[in-house]
Amino acid sequence: MSEAKDVTSQTARTAPEARDAGQAIRPAVDIFEDRTGITVQADMPGVSRERLNVHIDSDTLSIEGDVDIPVPEGMEAVYADIHATRYRRSFSLSGELDAEKIDATLRDGVLILRIPRREEHKPRKIEVRTG
Amino acid sequence: MFGRPRGFDGGLFDEYRRLEREMDQLFGASPWPGNIRAAALGTWPPINIGHTPEQVDVYLFAAGLDSGALDISIQQNLLTVAGERRLITEEGADYYRKERYDGAFRRVVTLPEDVDPDRVEASYRDGVLHVAIQRRAAARPRQIEIK
Repeated sequence: MSEAKDVTSQTARTAPEARDAGQAIRPAVDIFEDRTGITVQADMPGVSRERLNVHIDSDTLSIEGDVDIPVPEGMEAVYADIHATRYRRSFSLSGELDAEKIDATLRDGVLILRIPRREEHKPRKIEVRTG
Repeated sequence: MFGRPRGFDGGLFDEYRRLEREMDQLFGASPWPGNIRAAALGTWPPINIGHTPEQVDVYLFAAGLDSGALDISIQQNLLTVAGERRLITEEGADYYRKERYDGAFRRVVTLPEDVDPDRVEASYRDGVLHVAIQRRAAARPRQIEIK
């Protein structure tokens, strides 16, 4: 299941839940914007740096990651809230964001993406002159 | 690896739990008696449980935790993991989405009777807390030799 929603859309969504292994988990995200750009924080527990993939295809930003947790040999599953082993979510970026300069960090399963605004799109105050 | 959990007794435990939770959502209450400690649908953090004859493995998918602030305790066969995840709200920023869990949490897991509460190990890596509880040797299946 893929989703392409504008990063700035405000539609409420439910908590992530994936039922069968074929389906990817939709990671929970916080998204906020300040003067310099947009920040996306995504919960992707179980994903290491090597198994994380952040890519941009034209104006679509996709985050993907595979869950890799240490499991003893021959383990039988007893109970599972998380069935899938992959996270996937995508967002469409608007033109004023500079996809070339995205900065990504991953720490303790939290992915943080900084998407800066293009220099010419940074807000500036418009002086009103009195005539 | 966690595709079709079967419960500690080997039944289709998870299917039953899922059905139960769906009924719960639809009608407000399940017609069948559920586990008294079962958590509601969507409770954070999500948990997976697995076992081998030697140990029981509990995985909590809790990204961004300060592992020092975690409280893991075991009493007989009852494992409790409590903690808090405090998210920092960026001042002066406009939020479009706030889906991530923020606050205190507590999850209780009923383990099989044969676990050894003195041999528990916990580790936190890539946002997953793994608690491994050893089982008592007597409970492990043994091959009986016929003489």
